[in-house]
Amino acid sequence: MAQDYSKTKINAWRRENGRVGVRNHVLILPVDDISNAACEAVANNVKGTLVVPHSYGRLQFGEDLDLHFRTIIGTGANPNVAAVVVIGIEPEWTKVIVEGIAKTGKPVEGFSIEQKGDFETVRQAGWKAKEYVHWATELQKEECDLSELWVSTKCGESDTTTGLSSCPTVGNMYDKLLPHGLYGCFGETSEITGAEHICEKRAANPEAAKKFKEIWNAYQDDVIFAHQTDDLSDSQPTKGNILGGLTTIEEKALGNLEKIGRTSQYIDAMGPAETPEKGPGLYFMDSSSAAAECVTLMAAGGYVIHTFPTGQGNVVGNPIVPVIKISGNPRTLRTMSEHIDVDVTGVLSREQTIDQAGDALIEMIVRTANGRHTAAEALGHREFSMTKLYRSA
Amino acid sequence: MGKPHLLVHDKVDNVGVVVIEGLTAGTKMLCVVTEDNSDFELTANADIPIGHKVALKDLSEGDTAIKYGEDIGKFVGSAKTGDHVHTHNLKTKRW
Repeated sequence: MAQDYSKTKINAWRRENGRVGVRNHVLILPVDDISNAACEAVANNVKGTLVVPHSYGRLQFGEDLDLHFRTIIGTGANPNVAAVVVIGIEPEWTKVIVEGIAKTGKPVEGFSIEQKGDFETVRQAGWKAKEYVHWATELQKEECDLSELWVSTKCGESDTTTGLSSCPTVGNMYDKLLPHGLYGCFGETSEITGAEHICEKRAANPEAAKKFKEIWNAYQDDVIFAHQTDDLSDSQPTKGNILGGLTTIEEKALGNLEKIGRTSQYIDAMGPAETPEKGPGLYFMDSSSAAAECVTLMAAGGYVIHTFPTGQGNVVGNPIVPVIKISGNPRTLRTMSEHIDVDVTGVLSREQTIDQAGDALIEMIVRTANGRHTAAEALGHREFSMTKLYRSA
Repeated sequence: MGKPHLLVHDKVDNVGVVVIEGLTAGTKMLCVVTEDNSDFELTANADIPIGHKVALKDLSEGDTAIKYGEDIGKFVGSAKTGDHVHTHNLKTKRW
């Protein structure tokens, strides 16, 4: 008999805005690349903090700057983060980030380096970071519903086994949990190519279908046709995909879409790092298919757990969001099992059904929410990668 | 039923996927269609790596490869039943 997940509970942190977080980070957040050093110094001085260095944030403009701000603010606003110390080179943009994060109601304070220098900034920010660590470490977890979680997905180093096992495992999880109020998210605009007609049909309403198609068309026109130098056969599928047996982008896209299950439909299509605004349900997010960029964007959108099917063995993690790896490829489990959280090789040997694999993934989501570190967390994978739309000024 | 050597997504598919390591030419493969759990046998004509595809029928240049019940590209070379199907004989229709 099918399990009833409507009453499944987790122990997690309820934040000031009502959202549920499964980690309790005190984040030291650089506004820009040249503030990384001060942030790293603060994180070194104050134990129990987490720094997320990155490569951009200066001289960006227009839509690209909007995306940068949205990504940084969204990362700080994520419910897995208890409190944030923001450091930027100058006060104006630092204030933009602080005010954006403050809307969640969580403690956040900004420091700027100009006219002060790294030493004084690190001293001031260090005091605040220490105060936040004392405060955050006394926050108590409480009982929350599993369905209050926001769970995103993206696959990587895919092969033909992902379409047969790990991707439909995620799809089965969504089919079971979305009806209870979970927020889901899939994306990878480029990897929908070859199955965009099927993806369009999986929209729950005509507006969502139209928005998806506009996003996909814009990607084709602005990225592929604008920059294409060959037939993309060296990039999509990737060399790793091809080694794993995937031959065409259509084949890769069809396997990818297995992640949204049999019955789930997306209720809206969002821009990169945008936060869902239409209530519980599944969302499409315009996003890169590069693993670290995609997980970073979904984390900035507010998702607190990421489910990541892999075939050939992608090792990605994220600093603030636990990334649960699922694989059904027996060779990958034999050669690099330290990276895999949920083994679904039984699906290929017909010793495990997709239904059972979906239940195993849900169990791992519950355990991860309750505190189990994922393989990526244990191995220190903290990839925080900005998506850049075009060159800076 | 023993462990399958080859899985096929949909009954209308004309290619399947090797799901065991070290498959050698001449192996009589147990093939299972995941859609309905039906099975059949097929002999592999080559050593085919795990994850790679096998032709389920004789296919010629210009034919469409079907997997997941959907069009995944066109054959740019031929493949006999049991042959390895990959970049040497199959290509996207997109570019």
